[in-house]
Amino acid sequence: MTLIKTTYDRRSFMKASALGGGGMMIGFSWLASCKPGDKASDIPKEWFNVNAYLKIEKNGMVTIMSPNPEIGQNVKTAMPMIVAEELDVDWKNVIVEQAGLNTRDYTRQLAGGSQSIRQGWQSLRMAGATARRMLLEAAAKEWSVPVSELTTDAGTIKHSSGKSMGYGDVASVAGTMTVPEEVELKDPKDFKIIGTPVGNVDAPKIVTGEPLFGLDVDREGMLTAVIIHPPAFGMKLKSLDAAAAKAMPGIKDVITISTEVPEGAEYQWSDTNAFRELVAVVGNSTWQVMKAKKAVNVTWEPDSNLESSLDHEVRLTALVKKKAKEASRKDGNPTLAFKNAAQVVERTYTAPFLAHNPMEPMNFFANVTKDRAELVGPTQTPEFMSKTAAVVLGMPEDKIDIMMTRMGGGFGRRLYGHFGIEAAVISQKIGAPVKLVYSREDDMTQGTYRPAYKVTYRAALDKNNKLTGLHIRGAGAHGSPVFKDRFPAGAVDNYLVEDHTLESNISGGAWRAPRSNFMAGIESAFLDEVAEAAGKDPIDFRLELFDKAINDPVGEKNDYDPARYAGVLKMVKEKANWGANTPGVHRGVSVYYCHNSYVAQVVDLVMDNDKPKVKKVWCAVDCGIVVNPSNARNQIEGGLIDGIGHSMYSAITFKDGQPEQSNFNNYRLIRHSEAPLEIETHFVDNGIDPTGLGEPGLPPISGALMNALANATGKRMYNQPFVNDALVLG
Amino acid sequence: MANYNLRINGKMTQVDVDSDTPMLWVLRDHIKLVGTKFGCGIAQCGACTIHLDGEAVRSCSVPVSAVGAKAITTIEGLSENGDHPLQKAWIEHDVPQCGYCQAGQIMNAASLLDKNPNPSDEDIARGMNGNICRCGTYTRIKKAIKTAAAEMS
Repeated sequence: MTLIKTTYDRRSFMKASALGGGGMMIGFSWLASCKPGDKASDIPKEWFNVNAYLKIEKNGMVTIMSPNPEIGQNVKTAMPMIVAEELDVDWKNVIVEQAGLNTRDYTRQLAGGSQSIRQGWQSLRMAGATARRMLLEAAAKEWSVPVSELTTDAGTIKHSSGKSMGYGDVASVAGTMTVPEEVELKDPKDFKIIGTPVGNVDAPKIVTGEPLFGLDVDREGMLTAVIIHPPAFGMKLKSLDAAAAKAMPGIKDVITISTEVPEGAEYQWSDTNAFRELVAVVGNSTWQVMKAKKAVNVTWEPDSNLESSLDHEVRLTALVKKKAKEASRKDGNPTLAFKNAAQVVERTYTAPFLAHNPMEPMNFFANVTKDRAELVGPTQTPEFMSKTAAVVLGMPEDKIDIMMTRMGGGFGRRLYGHFGIEAAVISQKIGAPVKLVYSREDDMTQGTYRPAYKVTYRAALDKNNKLTGLHIRGAGAHGSPVFKDRFPAGAVDNYLVEDHTLESNISGGAWRAPRSNFMAGIESAFLDEVAEAAGKDPIDFRLELFDKAINDPVGEKNDYDPARYAGVLKMVKEKANWGANTPGVHRGVSVYYCHNSYVAQVVDLVMDNDKPKVKKVWCAVDCGIVVNPSNARNQIEGGLIDGIGHSMYSAITFKDGQPEQSNFNNYRLIRHSEAPLEIETHFVDNGIDPTGLGEPGLPPISGALMNALANATGKRMYNQPFVNDALVLG
Repeated sequence: MANYNLRINGKMTQVDVDSDTPMLWVLRDHIKLVGTKFGCGIAQCGACTIHLDGEAVRSCSVPVSAVGAKAITTIEGLSENGDHPLQKAWIEHDVPQCGYCQAGQIMNAASLLDKNPNPSDEDIARGMNGNICRCGTYTRIKKAIKTAAAEMS
């Protein structure tokens, strides 16, 4: 049992009221909470805003309205489970709804960084516990007994005398009570809902094709729009001849639009996009505007460099050979360590640009009238979109409402909401409600891509095969991917990180597990080669490093817990029975920490007609308390399949600024036949507050795959995607 | 523009559209059946899978003029109450993450089971290879198809 304060500075995080037709409602903030011992001054004042509701009706049904964007990470199920747990109700009687969202009343609706569960944990528990406490106080009043004589069980209040009543019977009274200043939280060992596999609350709608997504939005009188953007990064619109297109059936207009913010206004980080001036084709139906788009004559002209992947490769290679002006981190004396080394291992790894490719193409509905803007669609960052829409449309922010729909995947793409602004500008200019629909090509050829990277690792081993020095030099478009304070920082006495940036006009952005999606794999592959050079087992070699980081850490600031890190590695070692040789099975291991969770993976490969096949992947995961084991496994499984696919097959390359891939016929994604045959996931049971799982399953897998491939084929992979080395999975 | 009489989920429906309009957009824009999803527009991802006389096709690449008298089935018409063994198995195995591709996966799987009521792992991998799941739920899809196959046999 933990006591938690529901108030700060005499203001409550909660609001309560009785419902008109009977029952009670509690409003709370999804992300506001005071942990026991937290300094209250750390809490931003806007977190007092109510942004979620909990409703208990007369019949005992509980509705939890969730404002968090659902992009497939399943927070719409997991977050209400946490509320229901502390409220102590039967999950059967819980209905989950997407809260009606507008940016006036809601704050911090953002999906990103696998942070929803971690940040919401305390406040969600507090909301459930507060409602439960108020129901108990109301029942105590009804029965004229002390609260201490009452208990709850699955939506029922029981008195020691044996009498009982349902939550619904007393909810109206509870709604009139004062919000308690302090409530008790359950001991995690008493959890009944948390830790049980609960199905996705939207699954029945998903499997029957009900409208849920942005692309499914439909309104009376709504027009459809498509855009035409420059064919290459570094180009802009020169001329437009739309006479033929305008004469086509169903076409309302062909216009140019600008999403540039006026002078003096600022772009939000979420406005990342290469093209501010576009052509829009607007008409009655999707097919009509798609056809008319082909009939529009547009010419383009260069306004900056037209970059090519071959130039990127040359420039990144030059950068990783160049000493940085300043080290990003330096421990000990790396120069001396390398000078005295008995052996030096040096390897360089490369990754291409990647597109996000969520299955639902970018789209947004907008209805902009003289005094109001209504925007509806799939965005991960409505708050930022609202600010940009206000300056671009020339309208106060309080006249702009943004509704979020369920999203057909995100992977970072929908953090960048330029398509919502484009829809708003088209609607304003045309004077009608409009749904903007991107084709797959529109999205893939003007993405906010995962940038291209190149990293060189050097390791110094002394004559006893001890790792005495590590030097990492990273370069990447828009910045180096290296995390200077992550493992093996802290585990090596002499350590040096240098970073370089390749300037580029190709828009880059966050892609599922930014930077980690490359670093985890290559670090695991490199440490495997170092272990091999040292004549050590790859797991034992890493465990020695974790021992060093636990017992005698180097440096002040190491961004990981070495005991938890070693914990998942030991767990996967045991579960996969590492060390037992099965004929025909080739293994590789990896372990990584990112987004506050630890994941270790072992890949079992078999060769089938000279083609490697992933037979099984073993995972050990430490994300603290597992809220919903079914979805937790699903996230790990999906993440690693995503990671295998992108390191094997996917790349966006450029020639004269133009992307050379535009759809799934030339941008290869992993398919059924290439997925692992089996995945087995184990979770560490340690009772620590939960952390996210949307991203951490992806990064390490490419390392385990690279190591298993090396064991299976005798050949090490250094350049993603591996399909370029004529390697495909069977 | 021309009139087409279409049999969709057992009901006759008339639409007035250009003859080259893909069935995907006829369903989504004109009939307002939006369970069939747009993913690529070039028959590469399978999100728009429907049945023509029980055969799985990519509706983004089937013009309305090519349908004729063939019976069209969409995810909305796969079962009366959303209780096709595949739909139930998808829920049982908690398959969906974002959920966008799943209607197409289910429609493709239904056609697969129709032809091969007891598919092996390899049959499933081969038969489902045209349907991309960007969230990577492939291993669960395989399990759900096997569960549904067992229930149907």
